[in-house]
Amino acid sequence: MTEFFQSLGMTYEWAWGLATLAGILLIALPLMLAVAMIIYADRKIWAAIALRKGPNVVGPFGLLQSFADGLKVFLQETIIPTAANKGIFLIAPIITFTVALMAWAVIPFGPVAVLSDINIGLLYILAISSLGVYGVVMSGWASNSKYPFFSAMRAAAQMISYEVSIGFILVCVILWAGTTNMNAIILAQKGHIFGLINGFVFNPLLFPLWVMFLISALAETARAPFDLTEAESELVAGYQTEYSSMSFALFWLGEYANVLLMCALNAILFWGGWLPPLDIPILYTFLFGPGLTAFFWLVMKILFFFFIFSWVKATVPRYRYDQLMRLGWKVFLPLSLFFVVLISGYLMATGHFA
Amino acid sequence: MIQTLAFYLFAALVIASAVMVIMARNPVHSVLWLILAFFNAAGLMVLTGAEFIAALLVIVYVGAVAVLFLFVVMMLDIDFAELRAGFVKNFPLGILIALVLAAELIFGIGAYQAGRLDLGVASGAAAPILDASNTASLGAVLYRDYLFLFEAAGVILLVAMVGAIVLTHRQRPDGARGQQNISKQVRRKPDEATVMKQPGVGEGVEL
Repeated sequence: MTEFFQSLGMTYEWAWGLATLAGILLIALPLMLAVAMIIYADRKIWAAIALRKGPNVVGPFGLLQSFADGLKVFLQETIIPTAANKGIFLIAPIITFTVALMAWAVIPFGPVAVLSDINIGLLYILAISSLGVYGVVMSGWASNSKYPFFSAMRAAAQMISYEVSIGFILVCVILWAGTTNMNAIILAQKGHIFGLINGFVFNPLLFPLWVMFLISALAETARAPFDLTEAESELVAGYQTEYSSMSFALFWLGEYANVLLMCALNAILFWGGWLPPLDIPILYTFLFGPGLTAFFWLVMKILFFFFIFSWVKATVPRYRYDQLMRLGWKVFLPLSLFFVVLISGYLMATGHFA
Repeated sequence: MIQTLAFYLFAALVIASAVMVIMARNPVHSVLWLILAFFNAAGLMVLTGAEFIAALLVIVYVGAVAVLFLFVVMMLDIDFAELRAGFVKNFPLGILIALVLAAELIFGIGAYQAGRLDLGVASGAAAPILDASNTASLGAVLYRDYLFLFEAAGVILLVAMVGAIVLTHRQRPDGARGQQNISKQVRRKPDEATVMKQPGVGEGVEL
């Protein structure tokens, strides 16, 4: 995009700055719209599984429900508890929201459609997703109330625990792809099985890692069945208890942006990202050229994983906290560590690194 | 131009937040300022082209170490009056440490100006690999040239971890409260857990 702005007669610096700004807006604004629609989709799926109708009043089929909710929270009063630590109380939702958007900078939407194509893309994602916990911890502490505080404690322990196993799973993917650049990881999956099927997930050595990654992603985003940070039967609403209006909505938006990010990561790391499922030339270009087709495949995969996330939320009961910790430390950590050894050994034995 | 601006921005923020770490009244605020300092230090490293180190700094220090700091500090029961009472008591010690640090700084600058220390000639083992990325050259140095030292460091950390676990681990008797054997719970069959009784009218049930 920089070249386009340069062709309008700008210097490189200005063109780069404007191109980056345009790129950020091009990602963030549709993402916000996608979050609004995905909240609607989540509620509809959840309702269908519970044999209810779900939102069906505002707009056709209730499609505008999220916007009505957004307008409502926008017009509400922001209540700050008198005993709260005011500055941190207000910064916390902003951090959650910003961090949820930041990670999208390195997500490739197509062969060239990526805001910043950096070498350490996956490490950047890992770094940013580890920041997400601060929003929860700060809000829990700053609320100066018992339930949010418990929730903050739980969030801190839970995120650290699952970050470890996610790290090991990513190491396996990086070993196989030989790079941490997101686009290169996707291209490494091209024709991975028999030169025909795209995606690491069809590899018998990497399939168990994908299952672990999916479950860890649920835990990392504090989605059901691991939503112990906002377990309404124990902690009222967890860290969000004292929040109202826009500050509450920012948590809400950030949470769903994070869920979408984890769906996108599932798609990119294991299911071939913007590659079509099969390595057949027509599947790369059938929809108005390669760029749009790539975007189409990525969105389809993200929606598929979001459906799985909703499905799990609607059907699986909440974990107990000690069981959550047991799963993270006693099952996933040894298993993912074992797979790091196994996969690096396999790759060494077959001369992958030679 | 933009590099200079970014450098001064990051550097000023590092120093300002580091000052705030020791100036903040509330320990939780101190930890949060510390996190900001880490973050800006990572920004400085990106500016020097060491993006891998920057990412590691954020992942390890901001993502894990600082969360644990925050975890501990948040649970402290802080009495601010007591903190201020300690100020007078510890004042002489603080002054002493400040003097030592100032003396070291002056000596250091003096020694630096007197000329550099002769450490011999570098063997070239750690010379930067020109055509490789940051991550690849770091990996080459750590896992090829200094493999033994690196693994030894890893083993030392492992020993420290095992030691910490051994010190805090408490063997609980089997069947103690809170101790569960999940496979045993899953293996349980209905006829081991429930009894069917058909009491007649007016009769009680004996279990």
